[in-house]
Amino acid sequence: MSTQHQKLERNSIGFALAILLVASIGGIVEIAPLFTIENTVEEVEGMRPYTPLELAGRDIYVREGCYACHSQMIRTLRSDVERYGHYSLAAESMYDHPFQWGSKRTGPDLARIGGKYSDAWHVAHLEAPRELVEGSVMPGYAFLSDTRLATGHLPAALKALSRAGVPYTEAQIENAEKDAVWQADFEQNFEGELQESYGAKVQVRDFDGQPGRLTEMDALVAYLQMLGTLAELDTLDPEESSR
Amino acid sequence: MLRRIPLEDTAILCALCLVLLGGLAILGWGVPVPYVLHGWLIALAAGWGILWMVNRLADAPAQAPQAYSDKVIRFGVVAALIWGIIGFAVGDILAWQLAIPALNGDMAWTNFGRLRPVHTSGVIFGFGGNALIATSFYVVQRTSRARLASETLPWLVFWGYNLFLVLAASGYPLGITQSKEYAEPEWYADLLLLVVWLGYLALYLKTLARRAEPHIYVANWYYLAFIVVIAMLHTVNNLSVPVSIAYPKSYSLFAGTQDAMTQWWYGHNAVGFLLTAGFLGMLYYFLPKAVNRPVYSYRMSIVGFWGITFLYLWAGSHHLHYTALPDWVQYLGMTMSIILLVPSWASVFNGILTINGAWDKVRTDPAVRFMMVAVLFYGLATFEGSFMAIRPVNSLSHYTDWTVGHVHAGALGWVAFITFGAMYKMVPWVWQREGVYSLKLEAWHFWLALSGTLIYVGAMWNSGITQSLMWQTYDADGAFLYSLLDSVVEMHPYYAARAVGGLLYLIGGCIGAYNIWMTVSGPRKTKSLQAGPIPSQPAE
Repeated sequence: MSTQHQKLERNSIGFALAILLVASIGGIVEIAPLFTIENTVEEVEGMRPYTPLELAGRDIYVREGCYACHSQMIRTLRSDVERYGHYSLAAESMYDHPFQWGSKRTGPDLARIGGKYSDAWHVAHLEAPRELVEGSVMPGYAFLSDTRLATGHLPAALKALSRAGVPYTEAQIENAEKDAVWQADFEQNFEGELQESYGAKVQVRDFDGQPGRLTEMDALVAYLQMLGTLAELDTLDPEESSR
Repeated sequence: MLRRIPLEDTAILCALCLVLLGGLAILGWGVPVPYVLHGWLIALAAGWGILWMVNRLADAPAQAPQAYSDKVIRFGVVAALIWGIIGFAVGDILAWQLAIPALNGDMAWTNFGRLRPVHTSGVIFGFGGNALIATSFYVVQRTSRARLASETLPWLVFWGYNLFLVLAASGYPLGITQSKEYAEPEWYADLLLLVVWLGYLALYLKTLARRAEPHIYVANWYYLAFIVVIAMLHTVNNLSVPVSIAYPKSYSLFAGTQDAMTQWWYGHNAVGFLLTAGFLGMLYYFLPKAVNRPVYSYRMSIVGFWGITFLYLWAGSHHLHYTALPDWVQYLGMTMSIILLVPSWASVFNGILTINGAWDKVRTDPAVRFMMVAVLFYGLATFEGSFMAIRPVNSLSHYTDWTVGHVHAGALGWVAFITFGAMYKMVPWVWQREGVYSLKLEAWHFWLALSGTLIYVGAMWNSGITQSLMWQTYDADGAFLYSLLDSVVEMHPYYAARAVGGLLYLIGGCIGAYNIWMTVSGPRKTKSLQAGPIPSQPAE
């Protein structure tokens, strides 16, 4: 071994190539098949791409670095499932670019937070967490209620996501800005249009308690309220999910 | 009269022009203000680089001096210390925020979520990265007995890398992040780093090619693995689709499960090849030098090196136990993580046994003490890491502060200890000083850093296991005994203790920086320390 290795030690390019070769095997074996093996992502009904408003909310979640304290991945452990609900499926993050499974639970898991609290609770809690939850260590996000939601980039954002494989239609991309405004419309005038485009589970209402004003709080609460509500877990084939 | 521009300079100029065009595009089309400012910064830096290059080319080609190029190493040391102090300080602010949440200030740019990557990038890439670049330049020259293979590339690598760091650290508080752990910088900063990194690789290989020694010394294997593998990881994990040139925002190319696996393949190997391989390179040069003993075993070096290079890349999936990642990848990751203990401890024993015959130096020389303790912490952290990769253990440790404690046992105890040990040796060498300004301050730094680390890690072990047990405790009726909030409240004393530990570490770091500053401002050494002259011609 030693004499052969001494030969390698005399050739810097060869050494660098040997490193590249040896180091790339792990990724090739573990990552590449995830794109080709069909049951990596199981089939479950109900999954759909984010609406533009939910996407804007998700972008805020990403921007604020919420993943540093909140996971979105309920593991298959009893204590996880009983505390947070059905374990997370791969399909439930199939449109998540990037994934937000997180690695730390300073606060609770949020994978199925949608519908557990009212909009008003979320707004009040985000604005001043310790007013509602004594002992919480979460920072306050009152500035979200004061910040108008930027929507100008949303068509380009949906377009970029469709390039990465999210099945947005041309019409959805084109209407992204309008759809975002409509979803937070307090009169819910366009609920029918949105549900036709994005499915029956789209929640249309004023989320931040400021009717007529589209804020970042609207978007974030819209995102939180849909988390975990899409997948029809009873349509899951138990055979397939126990990989 | 025009003379031919060397190929290397042409390539550098092309790269700089590309960066300049990128910066101009961003400042021209960009919409968000912080992003436009980044465009200006990139364009100004690249423009300055082009002028500097053209200016050099206009002058008659100077003969490269027959000495090692140490000036860029000095810049690297200073940059590492500055980023280190910033990174430690922000880390301690975050620790206090968790103990006293009002300290968040509830403003966008001061909240925990936005500040955390400033800490992680500051210490890993700012402190660690600059220390690795500086020491790798030192080691490759000494062990090859050759001057760095370019007069311009080292500076462009140094400034380009630090420009990337400034873009990263200034972007996070302003909301520019992709929120992929340890890969937060957005697409334009990632592209800049890729250009810089390819320059670093080219420089390293070219310098090795000029070596006067027939064999490449083991420390260079590790530095080379660090450079090559980080290039691969960085490129693959940051594949993304930008929204448009007008916005810093991008969406990762992969989604969900595939993105998670790619991210932790990256994340675990940022640990494996930046925080481990790179610093093992440091260990393999500076420890034998400091104790004046040869490396204990050549064979163990080979086993350790290739074991780490092969196995680490398989281990990332242990970050995803019991998740929606297919089980076969989880089990494969766990298995490889356990086997990984063998090459890791081969390096530990190789390091410890190298000190044999010079153990008195651990008592008399604080720099050796730093390095010795670093190896012990490396052994502890790698054992703990393999242990935590076992699925049932992971069901206890994952999502808790135990992980945070584990990372800091490695980062504070191993990475920063070996770095400070190496710096206390290298600083007098590259500035040609007799020795470190004060051994007493060096010892103070050591004890403050060690007690800070022990308090930190001890607090996190306790809080992590407490959290996990509280989350999994049922009463007799099968209901949870504690709410999640109960566990949050229970953390308070541990979070306060951790913040104190971090503060001790920060104070130690400041004393270290002061000591190095005083060493540098002290008088020059009368006679050169360099062992032998560089041969005028390369071998071959």
